[in-house]
Amino acid sequence: MTSILTNLFDGVAYGMLLFVLACGLAVTLGLMNFVNLAHGAFAMAGGYVCMVLVNRMGWPFFAALPLAFVSSAAIGIVLERTLYRHLYARSHLDQVLFTIGLTFMSVAAVDYIQGSSRVFINLPAALQGQFDVFGVGIGRYRLMIIVICGLLTIGLQMVLAKTRFGSRLRAAVDDPRAASGLGINVPQVFAFTFAFGCGLAGLGGALSAEILGLDPYFPLKFMIYFLIVVTVGGSSSITGPFLASLLLGIGDVAGKYYVPKMGPFVIYTMMIVILIWRPNGLFGRTATR
Amino acid sequence: MSASSDVGCHAQRQARWHYGEAAFWLIVLACGFAFPTRYLIMTDILRLALFAMSLDLVLGYAGIVSLGHAAFFGVGAYAAGLLALHGIINEPVLALVVAGLVAMVLGFATSFLVIRGVDLTRLMVTLGIALLLEALAERFSNITGGTDGLQGIEMQPIFGEIPFDMFGKTGFFYSLAVLFLLFLFARRVVHSPFGLSLRAIKNNPLRAAAIGIPVNRRLIAIYTLAAFYAGIAGALFTQTTAIASLDVFAFERSADLMLVLVIGGTGYLYGGLVGAVLFRMLQELFSTITPQYWQFWIGLVLVVIVLVGRQRLHRWVLYVPNLVIRQIAGRKAVVAVPENDA
Repeated sequence: MTSILTNLFDGVAYGMLLFVLACGLAVTLGLMNFVNLAHGAFAMAGGYVCMVLVNRMGWPFFAALPLAFVSSAAIGIVLERTLYRHLYARSHLDQVLFTIGLTFMSVAAVDYIQGSSRVFINLPAALQGQFDVFGVGIGRYRLMIIVICGLLTIGLQMVLAKTRFGSRLRAAVDDPRAASGLGINVPQVFAFTFAFGCGLAGLGGALSAEILGLDPYFPLKFMIYFLIVVTVGGSSSITGPFLASLLLGIGDVAGKYYVPKMGPFVIYTMMIVILIWRPNGLFGRTATR
Repeated sequence: MSASSDVGCHAQRQARWHYGEAAFWLIVLACGFAFPTRYLIMTDILRLALFAMSLDLVLGYAGIVSLGHAAFFGVGAYAAGLLALHGIINEPVLALVVAGLVAMVLGFATSFLVIRGVDLTRLMVTLGIALLLEALAERFSNITGGTDGLQGIEMQPIFGEIPFDMFGKTGFFYSLAVLFLLFLFARRVVHSPFGLSLRAIKNNPLRAAAIGIPVNRRLIAIYTLAAFYAGIAGALFTQTTAIASLDVFAFERSADLMLVLVIGGTGYLYGGLVGAVLFRMLQELFSTITPQYWQFWIGLVLVVIVLVGRQRLHRWVLYVPNLVIRQIAGRKAVVAVPENDA
C-alpha cells in the first residue's frame, strides 16, 4: 500500500515537472500552430546554465533557478525575433525540418562545450534524502518540485484567467485573425508567450537534472514526452496539458515500477491508444486546426 | 477537347522517358565500374536512395509528414537478418521480398492510425510507432540480440549462383538492380491516374474527396507501398552489411532521411536519389572536418535550407544546368522545379 502511495507521489512530481517543461510548447502550438521540436533544447540550456552557476561558480541552487529561467527566455526571444518569426506561415514540414535542425545543432554544440557525459547539479543538503509521512517515503527534492510546479501552475492559471494579458492571449489562441482585428498585437503577444514558455522550459530543465538526467541528448530523448503531453492534452487550454502530464508521469513511473521489463512500452502504447480514440487529444477541442 | 483528355495528355507527356533519365542511370551504372574501391559507400548511397524514395512516396506525393519511417526500415532489416540467421529462407532475393512484405503488413496495419488526425497527430503516431518498435526490439533481446544486434549473419549466393564478395561488388550491383526495378515500379505508379489522385489529395484533401477520390483508401494504399519500399531498403542494409542493430529504428535515421529528401527535393522520384548522393557527400565532408560534431553542421544545413526556402534553392541549383539545356535543346527540355512543394 505504501509503495503505491510513494509511486503515486513520485509520479505526480514527475508529471508536474513534465508540465513545466512542456506547457510552453502547448502555447506555441495552440497560438501559432507552430510545431517546435526544438523545445527540449531550451530546457537543456536552462539546465546547463544552472549547472555551471551552481557547480563552477558556487551560486546557491535557489538563486540559480531564476537565472536558468531568464537565460532560456532570453535565448528564446532572440531566436523568435530572428528566426522562428519567418516560419509561422510555412508548412508543417518546413517547421519540423527547421526545428530538427536546431535540435541537432544544440546537441552538438552542448556536446562540444560541456562534453557528452551526464552532469549533476550539486544540491543543498536540505533537499537531499527523504522523510516518512505515515510510512510513505517522501523525497525532499520531489516535494520541492511539486511545491514549485504547483505554485507555477496556479500562477499561470490565474494569469490566464484574470489578467488583461491572459484574456488577450486566450483571444489570440481562439482566433488570431479576429483578435488582431480587435486591435490585439498578436505577434507581440506571441513573442512574449514564446519567451515565457522557453523560460519555463529552462526552469524545468534545471529542476529535472536530478530526476530525468541532463546530458547533450536531452532534447532528443524527451522530445517525445513533450509532444505526448501536448497532443494528448490538446493545446487549447493549460488544464489539458496539465492533466496529460500528470497522467503521463504517473503512468510512466508506475509502468517502470510494476512492469520494468516493458520499459517505455507502456506510455507509447497509452499514447497511441489515446490518439486513436481521440485524434485531437483527450481534452482538446474538436476544432479542425 | 475535354478537360479530362487534357489532363491525360499532360500526364502522358510527363510519363515519357527523357534522355536525361537514361543518362542518369547510365552514369550510376558507370560509377559501379569506375570506382571499384568505393563499393561500400556507393552501396550505402543506393540503400539510402531507395529509403528516400519510399519517404518521397508518402511525403512528396501524398503529403503525409512522417517522423518514424525508420520503423519500416528496421522491420525489414530485422526480418532479413532473422531469415538469414536461422536459415529459414536462404535465397537473398526471396528473403528480400519476404522482408519487404513483413514491413508492408506493418505499414498496412499502422496506416489506419496515420490517416486519422492532423499533421501533428501523424508526426506523433509515426514517431511513436518507431520508438515502440525500438523498445520492443530491445525488450525481446533473445530474438533480436538486444543492443548487440544480430550477429553472425552469413548471406548465401544470389539465386544460388552469385556469391557476395568481401569488396561489396556483388552487393553494389545487387542493390542497384533492386533500386532500378523498384524505381521503374514507382515511376509507373506516380504517373498513373492513381499517382495523379495522390497529388490531388496532397494539394487539397477536401476538394479531392469532393471530386470522388476515395482519400483514405488512397492514403492507405500509398503508405503500405512506401512501407514495402522502406522494408526492402532495410533488408538490403542487413544483406549487404551482414548486421542488424537497434539503431535501424533510431529517430536520427528518420530525421536524416528527411534531410536527404529535402536536399534532393520532394515530389519527384529523382529527389531521393540525388539527395542521397549529396547527403552522403556532405556527411563525409563534415565528418572529415569534425569527426565528433558533424551533426551540428547537418543541423545547420537543415536550418539554412528552410530559411532560404526549398523552392528558391532548387531554382538556384537548376539555374546553370537549365541555361545549358536551353542552349542545346531549346526551351521545352528545361528541368522544371516541382510546383507546390509539400
